[in-house]
Amino acid sequence: MKILVCISKTPDTTSKIAFKDGNTKFDESGVQWIINPYDEWYAFVRAIELKEKDPGTILHIITVGGADCDPVIRKALALGGDEAIRVNADSSDSFFIASQIAAVAGEGNYDLIFTGKETIDYNGSSIGGMVAELLDMPYISLATKFELQGTTATLNREIEGGEEVNEVALPAVVSCQKGVAEQRIPNMRGIMAARTKPLKVTEPVSVDALTSIAGFELPPAKAGVKLVAADNVEELVRLLHEEAKVI
Amino acid sequence: MSVLIFIDHADGQIKKASFETLTYGADLARQLNVAAEAIILGTVNDDLTTLGKYGVTKVNQVNNEALNTLDAQVYAKVLEEAVKSTGANVVVFSHNQTGKAIASRVAAGLKAGLVAGAVALPDTANGFVVKKSVFSGKAFANVNIASDIKVISLNPNSYKTIAGEGTSSVNQLNIAVPAARVKVTAVNKVSGEVPLTEAEIVVSGGRGLKGPENWGIVEDLAHALHAATACSRPVADSHWRPHHEHVGQTGVQVAPNLYIALGISGAIQHLAGVNRSKTIVVINKDAEAPFFKAADYGIVGDVFEIVPKLTEEIKKLKA
Repeated sequence: MKILVCISKTPDTTSKIAFKDGNTKFDESGVQWIINPYDEWYAFVRAIELKEKDPGTILHIITVGGADCDPVIRKALALGGDEAIRVNADSSDSFFIASQIAAVAGEGNYDLIFTGKETIDYNGSSIGGMVAELLDMPYISLATKFELQGTTATLNREIEGGEEVNEVALPAVVSCQKGVAEQRIPNMRGIMAARTKPLKVTEPVSVDALTSIAGFELPPAKAGVKLVAADNVEELVRLLHEEAKVI
Repeated sequence: MSVLIFIDHADGQIKKASFETLTYGADLARQLNVAAEAIILGTVNDDLTTLGKYGVTKVNQVNNEALNTLDAQVYAKVLEEAVKSTGANVVVFSHNQTGKAIASRVAAGLKAGLVAGAVALPDTANGFVVKKSVFSGKAFANVNIASDIKVISLNPNSYKTIAGEGTSSVNQLNIAVPAARVKVTAVNKVSGEVPLTEAEIVVSGGRGLKGPENWGIVEDLAHALHAATACSRPVADSHWRPHHEHVGQTGVQVAPNLYIALGISGAIQHLAGVNRSKTIVVINKDAEAPFFKAADYGIVGDVFEIVPKLTEEIKKLKA
């Protein structure tokens, strides 16, 4: 069994979001970088669990980015996995990124490709579907549970108002979210082991980006809270009905 | 040249999110001066000609019951054929569970640039620039699509649905449906609940409710408002409430018209899941709770006293 987990570097969830160069670039000053939580806590941890169950499993992680991603990749390797691949390219275009992952995955003959359900910076939910399309594999999105028996996966997938149980024969691409696994903290042994695990850097295949970011903007600041006295609930209902017009 | 809008359905009914995407797609078609058409895969009980009231002139249907369950691979293949046969140059999805399963696949298959999570109509004066939500609702990016065919998925509840007059024709598309490789073995829907991501009003409880046995007051308020119930991460992690109710950075992101937070302090990760809500009400006994800074209306006080009163007042209003 060969598993590939796609990870992305994102700003920590508590980062202040600001932009520079005339709002065309994300301002990275003072930002803590982490592994995108969906990729780490759910996709990668589930893959590690599968490897623990079947030690013969080969587990690789892949990211598309510059050398500034390396510390985050090492952090991931401290949790587990055998090897990391970094495609040395920087792009915000999901098709470009997915094409790079698909090129590596196509060569590597993986049985299972995991992604997080989305990154917490671009919120696109796009990479898994694109990789699956480029490799002509089945794609199950928004998985909340993943079980493997031989080469058949049974998954729960989020649908509006509930869940669906899906069955698929591998190979497949799966995007993971809460429920698939529980967050783990790397231990000292893992951190030491990560230092010697291979981190291969490959150059990107030639693909045209189909989108580009023209600029960023921040939402308008909130006007401030209108406080209502605790013994005057009627007033809150009046405000919601007459002023906000939401009830 | 046309805008093709994907219609999502379940249990024989068109989903509410599709009316929003139809309105958006029809407005975009008007802006581009091209036709607005819809595409539906599978069968529904609804009369498809009535979709004309949202501004589409034609509904294309692939009338095959095998498409009533979703296999992203099959859907994408059929949709790619449909885009080619209708000559569409913009394809619109909802960025809901279904859209997240198929929009990016269709985009990759057509080598079309994708903006996922759009919140407004594109600016087509100079190129094709679509505004989308980024950094979990804390900012927006304006993304230019350079490809000939463009794919947009619209964040649910970010565009006003408008129904007017009009009917649409229905055109059957003869597209071969490949065999599904994903088998749906069970569907577990929580009956009687308003789906969280589709809800216009969400009532959410946090640790301030002290335990799962106190959720009655949350549910009563939600019931009075015909709202969905939700919770903060610690509540889901303590198994007071099911995980699918967890709203926040790593849970569900919602954008209702009204989000009522009961006994939730408002950690930054929780705000990331709710900051696209149009109106936020916070009820918390801690006047220093950070959530008040993000709220539109607030009451500093005891949820156990205030919420039942609020429910009564809502019932009076609705009566």
